[in-house]
Amino acid sequence: MKIKSILKACACLLFWSSLGLNTTGQSQNAGLKLPPGFSAKTILDSSGKTRHLVVLPGGLIYVKMARPWKGNGIMILKEDNAGKASIAGGFGDYGGTGIYVKNGYLYASSNEAVFRYKLNEKNEVLTPDQPERIITGLKMGRQHETKSIVLDNDNNIYVNIGSPSNSCQLQDRQPGSLGVPGCPLLDSAGGIWQFRVDKADQSYSQGIRYATGLRNVVGLDWNQQNNTLFVTQHGRDQLNDLFPAFYTAQQNAELPAECLYMIKKGDDAGFPFAYYDQLQKKYMQAPEYGGDGKKEAGKKYLEPVVAFPGHMAPNGLLFYTGTQFPEKYRNGAFVAFHGSWNRTPQKQEGYYVVFVPFANGKPSGNWEVFADGFSGQAEVMTPRQAKHRPCGLAQGPDGALYVTDDVKGTIYKIEYKK
Amino acid sequence: MRKVFTLGLVIISLTGFAQSAKKPVAKKPVTHVSAATLSINRGKLVYQKFCMSCHQADGGGVPNLNPPLIGTTGVLGNKNRLVKIVRNGLQEHVEIDGEFYSNNMPPFKMLTDQQVADVLTYIRRSFGNKATPVLKSEVSPYYAKGKK
Repeated sequence: MKIKSILKACACLLFWSSLGLNTTGQSQNAGLKLPPGFSAKTILDSSGKTRHLVVLPGGLIYVKMARPWKGNGIMILKEDNAGKASIAGGFGDYGGTGIYVKNGYLYASSNEAVFRYKLNEKNEVLTPDQPERIITGLKMGRQHETKSIVLDNDNNIYVNIGSPSNSCQLQDRQPGSLGVPGCPLLDSAGGIWQFRVDKADQSYSQGIRYATGLRNVVGLDWNQQNNTLFVTQHGRDQLNDLFPAFYTAQQNAELPAECLYMIKKGDDAGFPFAYYDQLQKKYMQAPEYGGDGKKEAGKKYLEPVVAFPGHMAPNGLLFYTGTQFPEKYRNGAFVAFHGSWNRTPQKQEGYYVVFVPFANGKPSGNWEVFADGFSGQAEVMTPRQAKHRPCGLAQGPDGALYVTDDVKGTIYKIEYKK
Repeated sequence: MRKVFTLGLVIISLTGFAQSAKKPVAKKPVTHVSAATLSINRGKLVYQKFCMSCHQADGGGVPNLNPPLIGTTGVLGNKNRLVKIVRNGLQEHVEIDGEFYSNNMPPFKMLTDQQVADVLTYIRRSFGNKATPVLKSEVSPYYAKGKK
């Protein structure tokens, strides 16, 4: 009898371990593959499209929703000491991506405007229905319409305004269509704009086009070590679909690079006239603007800090300043890749969080996949197969790393224990 | 020794299989294949060349960008509307099952009427779809009138 029950217990254990489940019913590390010593759990499954987030002392988490979810564009979460989050309310009737906290204010963006809310000493929003609208009237197309935001240490806010087209063609995404001469949309999109944090209703005339030639930036962060803006760009799509005479499907899958840039005022990253080829380590002339897959674009554009493989969609950027993670991770960059669609017929890439070690504001080693397995698939052939797609990143007050997923509204917490 | 023998058997059976697999195909009379099947086969090639990049190999599309072609009324319903989309492209915000798709679809004016019929037949009969084929004669009049 005893032996039987022991056998039963063993079988049960085997069953649970074969499912990769732990006693709380979550799969091990919430299904993520992590470096040794790290663990992960989901703190929330919301079903909303969770984009960027901030995690504040006292267990308060603000999450920007792509579309208002249950009527709220910003979800308030309260994380308890056991590390489980519950929804504690929400506010803001606008969808969007960007959210940031600095000096007692919460900043959040719609796809056309940026608002700010005063926080009290507990980091609670005092007047959720009466934000100050600090920026308005930003260009919003039907693609790359989200606005990501970050602040520097001098009361400036940086806003991405994405290009409303793939490559500034006369006919967007039409095979063979050439580029609009000079691409005038760059006057109001395809770059990063700088505004003041404390002025009402600023628009283009009060802002500064801080950097141009950036097709669409979704991840951006301020590097406190060298006091500089860094951004991750989504590179252009469809080189082979649009210009099959110049590019193979294989080249289409690989090119162009998804770039991490260090941005200084006045920088130009080449879009739409040129793109960065990470295999040749050169800027190439875009086929819409006289390129043929071989013509180089010279040295006039901003060199990337890291050039990742094509189409992986870097949606979140975070410089890690905590002390919970091992020394190697301090001041390095985490990048959340939403995952590709434009690599058919090959398998898709991305759907993971990578780490780039940094020293003194410069990469000090190669990038590596840090957290994988969000998709729940061995291979993703088409994005719809991915169960989760990483989007936003935030660092908790204790140094834990938070990752949002905008497919199922899952929020992951990744921790390190010696 | 046994390994070599087994390997030999595998090779023999493989080549045997390959040969036996080839023969019936070669013998199969082409006349038995229906016009719809031929259209689907041709349409698949058109799909792979012009559509698959955005709408994906499984017709599932790309969330937020390119609409799925699986079981949607747009695909299963009005044929004229489908022809129009392929010919003129689609520059609209499309809502399907509460999700929005906003990428621009270019016009595919370079396709012949037969190719349009084939690719539409392919998508209406693939990915689990079971709608009627689109015939060349259903594409041509639409264009002869120069409708837009």
